[in-house]
Amino acid sequence: MTGFLLRRLGGAVFVLLSLTVILYAVFYVAPGDVAQIACGPRCSPAQVAQVTEQLRLDDPVYTQYGHFLQGIVAGRDFSTGTGVDHCSAPCLGVSYQSDQQVMRLILTKLPVTGSLVVGAFVCWILLGVGTGVLSVWRRGRITERLLTWLTLAGTATPVFVIGLLLIIVFCSTLQWLPSPTYVPFTEDPEQWAWGLLLPWVSLALIESAKYARLTRSSMLETLAEDHVRTFRAYGVGERAVIGRHALRGAVAPVIALSALDFGSMFGGAVLTESLFGIPGLGRELVHAVKVVDLPVVVGMVLVTGFFVVLANAVADMLYALADRRVVLS
Amino acid sequence: MTTPLVQVEDLTVDFGDVRAVDGLSFTLEAGAALGVVGESGSGKSASASALLGLHRGTGARVTGTVRVAGTDVGAADEAELRALRGAKAAMVFQDPLSSLDPYYTVGDQIAEVYRVHNRVSRRAARARAVEVLDRVGIPEAVRRSRSRPHEFSGGMRQRALIAMALACEPRLIVADEPTTALDVTVQAQILDLLHDLRRETGTALLLVTHDVGVAAESVDEVLVMQHGRAVERGPVAEVLGAPRQPYTRELLASVPRVDARRPAGPVPGPRAAAPETGPLLEALGLRREFGRGSSRVTAVDDVSLTVHAGETLGIVGESGSGKTTLGRMLVRLDDPTGGRLRYGGREIGSLPEKALRPFRRELQMVFQDPVASLNPRRSVGESVADPLRAAGETDETRIRDRVSGLLERVGLDAGRYERYPHEFSGGQRQRIGIARVLAADPKLIVCDEPVSALDVTTQAQVIALLGELQRELGIGLVFIAHDLAVVRQVSDRVAVMRQGRIVEQGAVDEVYGSPQDAYTKQLLAAVPTLDPARAAARRAARSELAVA
Repeated sequence: MTGFLLRRLGGAVFVLLSLTVILYAVFYVAPGDVAQIACGPRCSPAQVAQVTEQLRLDDPVYTQYGHFLQGIVAGRDFSTGTGVDHCSAPCLGVSYQSDQQVMRLILTKLPVTGSLVVGAFVCWILLGVGTGVLSVWRRGRITERLLTWLTLAGTATPVFVIGLLLIIVFCSTLQWLPSPTYVPFTEDPEQWAWGLLLPWVSLALIESAKYARLTRSSMLETLAEDHVRTFRAYGVGERAVIGRHALRGAVAPVIALSALDFGSMFGGAVLTESLFGIPGLGRELVHAVKVVDLPVVVGMVLVTGFFVVLANAVADMLYALADRRVVLS
Repeated sequence: MTTPLVQVEDLTVDFGDVRAVDGLSFTLEAGAALGVVGESGSGKSASASALLGLHRGTGARVTGTVRVAGTDVGAADEAELRALRGAKAAMVFQDPLSSLDPYYTVGDQIAEVYRVHNRVSRRAARARAVEVLDRVGIPEAVRRSRSRPHEFSGGMRQRALIAMALACEPRLIVADEPTTALDVTVQAQILDLLHDLRRETGTALLLVTHDVGVAAESVDEVLVMQHGRAVERGPVAEVLGAPRQPYTRELLASVPRVDARRPAGPVPGPRAAAPETGPLLEALGLRREFGRGSSRVTAVDDVSLTVHAGETLGIVGESGSGKTTLGRMLVRLDDPTGGRLRYGGREIGSLPEKALRPFRRELQMVFQDPVASLNPRRSVGESVADPLRAAGETDETRIRDRVSGLLERVGLDAGRYERYPHEFSGGQRQRIGIARVLAADPKLIVCDEPVSALDVTTQAQVIALLGELQRELGIGLVFIAHDLAVVRQVSDRVAVMRQGRIVEQGAVDEVYGSPQDAYTKQLLAAVPTLDPARAAARRAARSELAVA
């Protein structure tokens, strides 16, 4: 177990470092004068030169990358033009645009996106697995066909369509819900939940379709296996056969898919965040890419990557727990 | 007169256009034991499933009446059927690994079944599970009840399934090929267990098996099935001793006997000539290890043997004894990690792939699974032509002629050159595999369980073919099998393997006639015999050997 964790950790560090190298390389060849953008359109050449100097943009790319690594391990100092700002380890650098430390920026956005993703995750697992089980239970009947059709429609509809529809119906027409806003959980848990309800539901509606289909197909596969025949031949009822034996077979694939979705959602819920005006990581990332704010982009990607790697490691452990034949190695 | 426990009248089961069971009628009295014997496709499993109404919801069409323990299976509603299943009639399935849920502990699975039929607490059900596991001879039943199926050996899994069947004290146990997946010594233990349980609990037994010997060991009466119909039914000693129907006679004649000598060939044995020419293949202290460090496993351990031209060496052993690994090394499909291997006097055990190439053609292997070892997307003619093309033959007419000749030689119609493997039966596919091997003009053929997937009548034909070819072509044959009777039929000499080692080796009649090693004796004592009276005597002998 310890060996497994150490190896996973090593693998994670390697993956994340590779990501940063690729990002530096891409930004180095990308068009656009970073200093000009950072300084603003009305800056004189002298001011631009000063910004270049201040951000150390004239250093070779590998020197810049070296500084970046040094910041993570030991922290580093930044000149703000008037003084020196210390950024302690692990330091992901300072935004070219706002002079804000990337780590702090991420830490303010993380709870927002975290609230969105965790809530939506719970909703989509419940909805997806539930739908899958229901369609197996009612297999061959009209309910199953209806559910299959609904899940297909769910996958095919973009989030902004579903989200807009939900806003129009529940906030404008029926006025059952307040317009979605983000209120931190620590301030008011009730407002937090009400404000995020629609984003959760719209994400869940789209994501759950995949889970419903996966659950359904895994369960049907298990139902065709010999051990299910054994329990049927011993008079075990259909409910127990489906709930205990068939559902158990769907656990492992659902875990595997959840890990991928859960991790990537941290950087990938951009559309949902924009649509509902949630100030999360995704929106910040898109903005940073637009203005070529390298430190912010690298920081964000690292965080997303971290969650993907983490979610997968957790999934592997859950996997071994769910199926004792799996040995972690 | 009391009503029989099982009454089957005019039972017919159709799967689509295929009639699996065709007008079958039989009865089984309480406490009696009936063996249903037949080759694959004879409808015996389909009949057994019908007793518990297992065809419901599968798309199979069932007509006729089936009454089991007072329940009309065809007319019963779901609740009545569930009350029958497990409680009054319990089924023991063939493949013990796939027949248990891999995610739950064995004890929980038995307890679940028990709780379906008895209103008891979880704890009481678990206690019952431990009790029956203990009864079927699982050591440390309390601890082992918390194991999952993959932590059990094949024999223990089969015991666990029998324990599940016992849990609710049913009046009938239907066992569908309960020992087919097991080694012969384990098979004997399971059959002994079923025998004891029946005597102790008075449960009736319906045993479905393709193996006449298994039936002879375990039941009072047999029902022989062919093409979905009952051919013959009667007391086991009568049917097996003096069969009245031609099909029964044919079936029994095909069953390889472990106590029968090999039929003498028309050509004098080439063994006499062998010493002059020297051995074709010689292994000296051959070893094969897998893995490293603490997880190292020795599959083949210091094996020495010789194969002469025109001679058959049989290698018998149970699963995991290393016989397949040894066979693969003999033709260098696997690399020995120690010892020497000489072919025609030349060391080939450590030759690199490139230097081996000239020998590849002469050292051939026939595999167990005739389905998996033929490419389903290529015509059989093309598969047989592969070795010819590999040898550099490019003339299409010559290839075609040779392949047609080979197909005819193994008893197939040459006109079926363009057909695909799925259009052939199991025995025919194995013939195709043999034709492909012959195309390479081999000097030595290693056959790894070449007939274990085949029915006895087909088995006998393929064995006869191999014998003929060998006499005709003078090739050396290594015949690997778990079935002692089959090995006796084909071999001149035999080697018995256990845990990677050869425990006994010698002329086949000597090894079978007066075995020296204790393990060989145990193996031979475990082989089912066709004579029920002898079976009983040997059951007693087995328990003595087990104690020793």
